[in-house]
Amino acid sequence: MPAARLVLEDSTVYEGEAFGSTENAIGEVVFNTSLTGYQEIATDPSYRFQIVVMTYPHIGNYGIERIVEQSGRPQVAGFVVRDAIEVPSSAHSQMSLYEYFNQHGISAIQGLDTRALTRTIRNKGAMRGMITSQSKRSVDDVVAEIRRAPSMSGLDLVKHVTAPKPYDFDEQPQEKRRRIAVYDYGVKRDILRKLTQHGNEVCVYPATTPAEEILRSGFDGVVLSNGPGDPEPVTYAQENIRRLIGKVPLFGICLGHQLLGLALGGRTYKLKFGHRGGNHPVKDLRSGRVEITAQNHGFAVDPDSLSDSDVEFTHINLNDQTLEGFRHRREPILAVQYHPEAAPGPHDSFYLFAEFMKLIE
Amino acid sequence: MPKRTDIKSILIIGSGPIIIGQACEFDYSGTQACKALKEEGYRIVLVNSNPATIMTDPEFADRTYIEPLTPETVERIIAREKPDALLPTVGGQTGINLATALWENGALQRHGVELIGANYNAIKTAEDRQLFKEAMVRIGVEVPRSGYAASVDEAEEIALRIGYPLVIRPSFTLGGSGGGIAYNIEELRDVVARGLDLSPVHRVLVEESVVGWKEFELEVMRDKADNVIIVCSIENFDPMGVHTGDSITVAPQQTLTNNEYQAMRDEAKQIIRAIGVETGESNIQFAVHPTTGRRLAIEMNPRVSRSSALASKATGFPIAKFAAKLAAGYTLDEIPNDITRKTPASFEPTIDYVVVKIPRFAFEKFRKTPPVLGLSMQSVGEAMAIGRTFNEALQKGLRSLEINAAGLEPRGTPRQAIPELLRTPGPERIFAIGDAFRAGMSVEDVQALSAIDPWFLREIEEIVEMEREIRGAAGFSPPAGGLKAAAPLFRWKQNGFSDKQIAALTNRTERDVREERQRAGIRPVYKRVDTCAAEFEASTPYLYSTYERENEAEPTGRRKVMILGSGPNRIGQGIEFDTCCVHASFALREIGFETIMVNCNPETVSTDYDTSDRLYFEPLTLEDVLEIVDLEKPEGVIVQFGGQTPLKLAKSLAAAGVPMWGTSVESIDIAEDRERFAALAREFKILVPEHGAATTEDEAVAVAQRIGFPVVVRPSYVLGGRAMAIVYDESTLREYVGYAMEAAPGLPILIDRFLEDAIELDVDAISDGRDVVIAGVMEHIEEAGIHSGDSTAVIPPYIIGHREQDRIRRRTVELAKALGVIGLMNVQYAIYGGDLYVLEVNPRASRTVPYVSKATGVPFAKMAAQVMAGRTLRELGLTSEPRVVDYFVKAPVFPFGRFPREDTTLGPEMKSTGEVMGSSSSFGEAYAKALLGAGVDLPLEGTAFISVNDNDKRPVIVHLAKDLTILGFRIIATAGTRDFLEQNGVQAGLAWKVHENERPNIVDRMINREVSLVINTPFGRKSFYDDTYIRRTALQHGIPCITTLSAAAACVEGIRSLREGFRSLATLQEQHGISERRAASGERA
Repeated sequence: MPAARLVLEDSTVYEGEAFGSTENAIGEVVFNTSLTGYQEIATDPSYRFQIVVMTYPHIGNYGIERIVEQSGRPQVAGFVVRDAIEVPSSAHSQMSLYEYFNQHGISAIQGLDTRALTRTIRNKGAMRGMITSQSKRSVDDVVAEIRRAPSMSGLDLVKHVTAPKPYDFDEQPQEKRRRIAVYDYGVKRDILRKLTQHGNEVCVYPATTPAEEILRSGFDGVVLSNGPGDPEPVTYAQENIRRLIGKVPLFGICLGHQLLGLALGGRTYKLKFGHRGGNHPVKDLRSGRVEITAQNHGFAVDPDSLSDSDVEFTHINLNDQTLEGFRHRREPILAVQYHPEAAPGPHDSFYLFAEFMKLIE
Repeated sequence: MPKRTDIKSILIIGSGPIIIGQACEFDYSGTQACKALKEEGYRIVLVNSNPATIMTDPEFADRTYIEPLTPETVERIIAREKPDALLPTVGGQTGINLATALWENGALQRHGVELIGANYNAIKTAEDRQLFKEAMVRIGVEVPRSGYAASVDEAEEIALRIGYPLVIRPSFTLGGSGGGIAYNIEELRDVVARGLDLSPVHRVLVEESVVGWKEFELEVMRDKADNVIIVCSIENFDPMGVHTGDSITVAPQQTLTNNEYQAMRDEAKQIIRAIGVETGESNIQFAVHPTTGRRLAIEMNPRVSRSSALASKATGFPIAKFAAKLAAGYTLDEIPNDITRKTPASFEPTIDYVVVKIPRFAFEKFRKTPPVLGLSMQSVGEAMAIGRTFNEALQKGLRSLEINAAGLEPRGTPRQAIPELLRTPGPERIFAIGDAFRAGMSVEDVQALSAIDPWFLREIEEIVEMEREIRGAAGFSPPAGGLKAAAPLFRWKQNGFSDKQIAALTNRTERDVREERQRAGIRPVYKRVDTCAAEFEASTPYLYSTYERENEAEPTGRRKVMILGSGPNRIGQGIEFDTCCVHASFALREIGFETIMVNCNPETVSTDYDTSDRLYFEPLTLEDVLEIVDLEKPEGVIVQFGGQTPLKLAKSLAAAGVPMWGTSVESIDIAEDRERFAALAREFKILVPEHGAATTEDEAVAVAQRIGFPVVVRPSYVLGGRAMAIVYDESTLREYVGYAMEAAPGLPILIDRFLEDAIELDVDAISDGRDVVIAGVMEHIEEAGIHSGDSTAVIPPYIIGHREQDRIRRRTVELAKALGVIGLMNVQYAIYGGDLYVLEVNPRASRTVPYVSKATGVPFAKMAAQVMAGRTLRELGLTSEPRVVDYFVKAPVFPFGRFPREDTTLGPEMKSTGEVMGSSSSFGEAYAKALLGAGVDLPLEGTAFISVNDNDKRPVIVHLAKDLTILGFRIIATAGTRDFLEQNGVQAGLAWKVHENERPNIVDRMINREVSLVINTPFGRKSFYDDTYIRRTALQHGIPCITTLSAAAACVEGIRSLREGFRSLATLQEQHGISERRAASGERA
């Protein structure tokens, strides 16, 4: 396999071997601590413009199966692993991670000290970087190119991942009880699937769809989906959400949670290196119960920026006390920063979909 | 929810002696529980019969009872201590069984003791397979189809319904003992009959076989707020059909998809709730069909287990400690994660390395038992290894085992033998897999035969491919100007190849490879085990080596000492040595040293990350130890506490310039080398048994004739009494030599005069190089010829007089001075014909040190460690031998129940796995308590069957028989013994031997429970074959069977005191005058 390098914007270089595509790939380098679910992670649109480092060393063990894809294709800018497994072992496997990344032109690198890399990101914060197989290029030259790339803060990535036009989710509920609209900021398929499982017909709308168009269709509720990057520049979404508040039950997930926070007059900020993994403890402040959650976010809502008279904080992260969820005190609005659909991750938070259904009724 | 304040005092039950299926892991978990609850201010009452444990050190509990773990004894302790609660979940199956018994007999209710951690119903539902099955059906969790049978006929009916193959599991036996797999009706009848017999309730479960399915375990914790977390997933490399304790296991699981894993996680949460474990930890096992993915729940342990100890070591998450806190009322989010300090315990650890655990077996000691693995656990220990990849961890694990493998080495298995070795799980299967690939077999071939998941097999295939590359490699160094990571050697090291393996493949010496490697700058780095895959900073230096870019070891500039541990448990080297290592670490920390522990045994207290300042979870090989020494640069390395494992490295370490503490390597060599020791003995006029060596049959006979029969013979290439035998005549000697020559041609056989009927003694002593203090003189209860580890011993001696004891003391002091001992020393003596012989000198901590410490109340291993650091005994206040007031009897515990084909006769080869202690002001009571602790319940009345060999037809057996008659026993005896007894005026009934062809014979009478005590002394190889069946029948039917006359005499004393009823009950703190306040302050010394 050809040699490849991962170069960080601070000029740190990690050598390894390329797999998948050998094209250069630039993105923000972040790490994910999930032990399983590499395919769900790779296909999650929230990872747009990110190079994902998997902290578990063996990745690709059980191969690839179409059914678990969270979108039509891998979305990550690049993938970094200690050891990519060439021949998977699973009755479900349709191809190897190698073949999958080859097929979709995803640049990946293996064989480097992913723990050292993770510690670097933890200590210095998330940085931009490039996976490159161009062995002759100088580090300075690569770093210069990385620096020319946009930085995550202030970047609207939603417009790159949202659906170009509205569509009905192709999986149908057994019994149609409600109709739900989903604002697609980069939605994961398992969110749509969970909604379907709760007896909802699900219609997906582009992020720029005017609120009025959705209100006109008389949906029972609107889900504000997850998505990539910084919520602040996605002003059109905040604007539309503002116009929905008070008119239809809302459920914000991840980026949807942040956009909702902004629409309610709050602020968001960038975390040093984000939360990405399947083991984050979140406390439900109403019940005192702790759920183990799947997370993937680099930004968070500043709880101090939200008015106490409007918003009740319902969930906090026990690792760093960041805000993980809130409800509106008067309006039927529910939001969580983490991923209740999991995919990948533990199923502890499925109950939130039922809670949203109750909110609608 | 804060801790409970309605309870003040908690009783903790330990797991008792080390046995197969229950080893050091319960000392580890029990010690954690004691510490965790004590620091919350609870008054801790502890009962455990095992004196070699850390948990029974007087500072870990307020009240420490080393007493037999029987319901009666524990109830007496409860009556005396009046605890508010009982924590039954940290003492293994023993703790659970005792708590169940105390509930069922009403003792807990009578004394108002609440079960915390797991209540009675939860225990019952988890343990009773029928209740478990019903509970699973209620929540929709699938279990194997099955039925209960109380007879062979019923089992056959169930078989008709389910079909073969079937698994048969006797109800309520430890570690699944007595179970088996039946592929046809004949096997079914056999296994069921045996299982019914072994089951205390005479019932077996006949179950759909899931042999060959993938096997997984989840370690689950729940708090009283109903928060549930999965601490760790474990995948068994060996598929279903091999007991998980005997399987190679891997953490985390490798082959389940996210969806499959999460569904299993969901079920685990449902199961712990349905069983009703309100707080604490459970281990849940699942089987998954390799192609259909059908998942079955197999079993659940509502307590900490061997697997939870492994999971704790694998993740850095201290399960037992937290389980104890949860039992006291805390919730997970109220407990801080020790390692990150900033995050709470209510999360799921994630890891960025691979952990492999490999069991260690002792089939070489049980030669009548085929080395075939099944549902009943047979391994005696395990090693764990951590690597960044599976291959690295696997190869590190294999070299950690100390089975003469430097990694996945070729074993040269003949091609035609491979399929059978792959098909039938055994200790050598892992090597057969490598040989299969070497012989050109494919992953598919190996999978078809072994049912092992191809993921693992492909990784192993890579090792073999790399082996070919190494063989053909020209050099190791990276290409000029090239990257270190690009050097082939770097990749080999990343795949776990040891220098020794590379040396063997490239015809070099290990040293050459090491030097070349180090010149190329290829050195291991050390990564931290941090529970969180580096997401948060780790404050705990719990480290493992790997070959990567970044080193996180961050050695300090403090004064530091490195302690080498004892590796995997094995017969002859177990918890006693770990306890000494832990004591050394505690004692040196206390005087300001940074302590660095190196060990690879996941069961132990020494590998708890807070025992030492720094923990390196590493194989104990020269390569691995030298690299750590080079990085840490300790002031001293201590090899004296970990048994043979570190001792055998001592010479090479010293040669490599490593600063060694304690007795010099030179002295160790004098003591270990027969010729050098003989010279020393001559110089000091020390008697040693006459001896010689031989390489042919005729030479052996000549040596034996010169020194006189009987002789002790052993091959020179083994340690620890392995393959040793006592031989009485020439023909047996020829037979033995022939056998030994076949096994190892050309190697000499060592022959020693056997001092028949001698009294043996063990002495432990401590020296600072100037003063020598005797720690304890232990008299063996059995006469000479039985390995000291298998002997019952008593402190103080009860037969030999003061004059002889003083002679022994003087000689010990002399030897310690002659050898320049600094630290501990053990000497084995025999008194024969009025002369004092030295049998063995070990200038190191012996197996008996923890026992002597418990008997005397003096922590000798701690003192020895401080002595090695330069303190004098005077400074430590140890100027004379401690006075022992009561009798302290140590009794061994044997694994014969797991090896039903073996003879239970004791001999020079050690077979016991653990020990217990009994104490009292009377010898008889102390002895009876020790036996009771070891599971031998002496009868108070009934029929005693006596059959002794001709050597033993002496007055002593007459006295014994008379005493038994006076105590009300009826005597029956085999013809020769009966004649001898009757001639000497003792009435005895006649018992037929089996070959005498009369019924009912002695076996019939034992099965019919007409016999309550067996005294049977076998001697020599001839009678050995004759009467094995007597001892085997006794074992199978739980009849106490005594095989030496001196033990029989002690038994009579024991029975006498038992008939008067146990009277004594005292805590260690009372026995040694340790005030409750001092003990309660939690100080470590």
